[in-house]
Amino acid sequence: MSIWEYANPKKFIATTTPILPWLTGAAIATLVVGLIWGFFFTPEAANFGASVKIFFVHVPSAMMAINAWAMMLVASLIWVIRRHHVSALAARAAAPIGMVFTLIALFTGAVWGQPTWGTWWEWDPRLTSFLILFLFYLGYIALWEAIEDPDTAADLTAVLCMVGSVFAILSRYAVKFWGQGLHQDSTIAKVGERDPLHASYYLPALICMAAFVLIFVALVLIRTQTEIRARRIRALEARMRA
Amino acid sequence: MELHVENLGVARGGVPVLDRVSFTLAAGAALVLRGPNGVGKTTLLRTLAGLQPALSGLVRYPEGAAAYASHADGIKAQLSVTENLAFWAAVHGVALPETVFATFDLEDLRDRMAGTLSAGQKRRLGLARLGVIGRKVLFLDEPTVSLDTFSVRMFARWLREDHLGAGGIAVIATHIDLGMEAPELDLTPFRADPMARGGSDEAFL
Amino acid sequence: MIALLKRDLALAVRAGGGFGLGLAFFLIVITLVPFGVGPDTGLLGRIAPGIVWVAALLAALLSLDRIFALDHEDGSLPLLATSPLPLEGVALIKGLAHWITTGLPLTIVAPVLGFLLNLDTAAFPWLLASLALGTPALSMIGAFGAALTVGLRRGGLLMSLLVLPLYVPTLIFGALVVARGAEGFSTHMPLLMLAGITAGVFALMPFATAAALRINLR
Repeated sequence: MSIWEYANPKKFIATTTPILPWLTGAAIATLVVGLIWGFFFTPEAANFGASVKIFFVHVPSAMMAINAWAMMLVASLIWVIRRHHVSALAARAAAPIGMVFTLIALFTGAVWGQPTWGTWWEWDPRLTSFLILFLFYLGYIALWEAIEDPDTAADLTAVLCMVGSVFAILSRYAVKFWGQGLHQDSTIAKVGERDPLHASYYLPALICMAAFVLIFVALVLIRTQTEIRARRIRALEARMRA
Repeated sequence: MELHVENLGVARGGVPVLDRVSFTLAAGAALVLRGPNGVGKTTLLRTLAGLQPALSGLVRYPEGAAAYASHADGIKAQLSVTENLAFWAAVHGVALPETVFATFDLEDLRDRMAGTLSAGQKRRLGLARLGVIGRKVLFLDEPTVSLDTFSVRMFARWLREDHLGAGGIAVIATHIDLGMEAPELDLTPFRADPMARGGSDEAFL
Repeated sequence: MIALLKRDLALAVRAGGGFGLGLAFFLIVITLVPFGVGPDTGLLGRIAPGIVWVAALLAALLSLDRIFALDHEDGSLPLLATSPLPLEGVALIKGLAHWITTGLPLTIVAPVLGFLLNLDTAAFPWLLASLALGTPALSMIGAFGAALTVGLRRGGLLMSLLVLPLYVPTLIFGALVVARGAEGFSTHMPLLMLAGITAGVFALMPFATAAALRINLR
């Protein structure tokens, strides 16, 4: 019994279908608990006011924006090395979700930044890096859409994902160098040490992050299933024509 | 020098089109591929030339001996006939043989820009590339398109005398009679069952 | 490989090769900027490094799709793939030929345009150095984008979308060299980074480009 058996499309659908309702339920439940706790049962920060509560959406979505790309990179590598179709389709399925997380992170960042920095958009290194990440997602999705043959598309997008990852990291450092930031450094790591946010934020923030991870996994599974079925229709149609 | 093909299966767009194609050609032998449009002649030739991976089976010939030629012959309109041929000679690391101009009836056209040639003249230039690069195993996809009967005979003579006569091998997909003694292989019986295994998307069936 | 370089250069300078178009485009973009932002020479001098670099980047982008598309159309690409040349070498030469026909002329005329934009004279050597070091990376990254989209009928726009985010680090460090040079600060660090990016791109991109070409030739 090897883990690669789940890379068979039929096995993948058969395995994930019974899990999905539970996963979706758990995702919704943790999200509701985390957000209600975070929004209504935590104190307001002295220097931020109520706007600090957007943190409970901003940080998890920013985290998932990066993690989704990392997952696409791993899936692309698996596709290139082991040629498992499910892997390529999962990477394709994850891209729009990651892009939406990036958009949410950008939007909430702007909304949060307005009262804090006094401007909707600031060319702050962190925010700018997410804008660049958004462009990478855009290009990746556009390449998938543009190429007709699914295997060619999978190969080319995998190459793009790998090259793009290198350049994304490079851009991150370039952008850091380019502008001195207004942004606070990694918020969650600081919670434990110097307490820039109240310690009571810690638990609801973790729950929100868990919720975003669960949402991501559930959505990727649903979208991968859809992609597999679309591919199956395509494969059958090609043979009916032949 | 030998071209050995054994139980070859090829696919187009992930769907198997030909299966269990086998033949062996000794030095100096040619094979003409026949079959209706869409049977997979071009796919087979591209696979043999190594431009796309085979689904199954085995193709064997000395490495770096193959050349592929199709309707698109890589002619640059802004270069003269000589420049076009000299480029391919340089890429393959050989000297441009003076005889090709006579063999492919390009003597008067040497300094003409390739863009001003007629379709048939361009085709002759494209075929002359094969005479320049000196590869021994040729995979030719409809080499005689837009050639007149005189040029077809000229090309057939080059193939027979200069190429096969010197121990070359050729696999040719063509609909017209080249006027040469060569065994024919009808591909119709090798049609693959589209539901056969081996297609790139078989996991989805 | 020299033969391929010679052929590509010959094709670029002959009729219809488009040599000089990128240069003219570069000139026009830079001429247009003062019309947009006003004739304030102080402001122009301050934004000149960024404008020259963005214009150079757009000019390079303009001719990228010719790198492989023409060879794909006339069937040269599969013939090159079956020739003794390694496809990685073909990719490298194609990127180099693109640089010689676009990046190099841009670098040479850039100082003249620096005068138009009232760039501080102290920055001129840095402008030359940054363009000379950075534009080869633009061409080689562009060759990768062109290889990804070579099989597509209308790949030009898509290619811009793929290539532009990859240009971010080169642009940042390139413009930074000039800006720091103009203000009299040390340009050591961005210049080294720019050189590093170009060296890395030329070492690795030919492989990615050749991989993309092989996939597209299948």
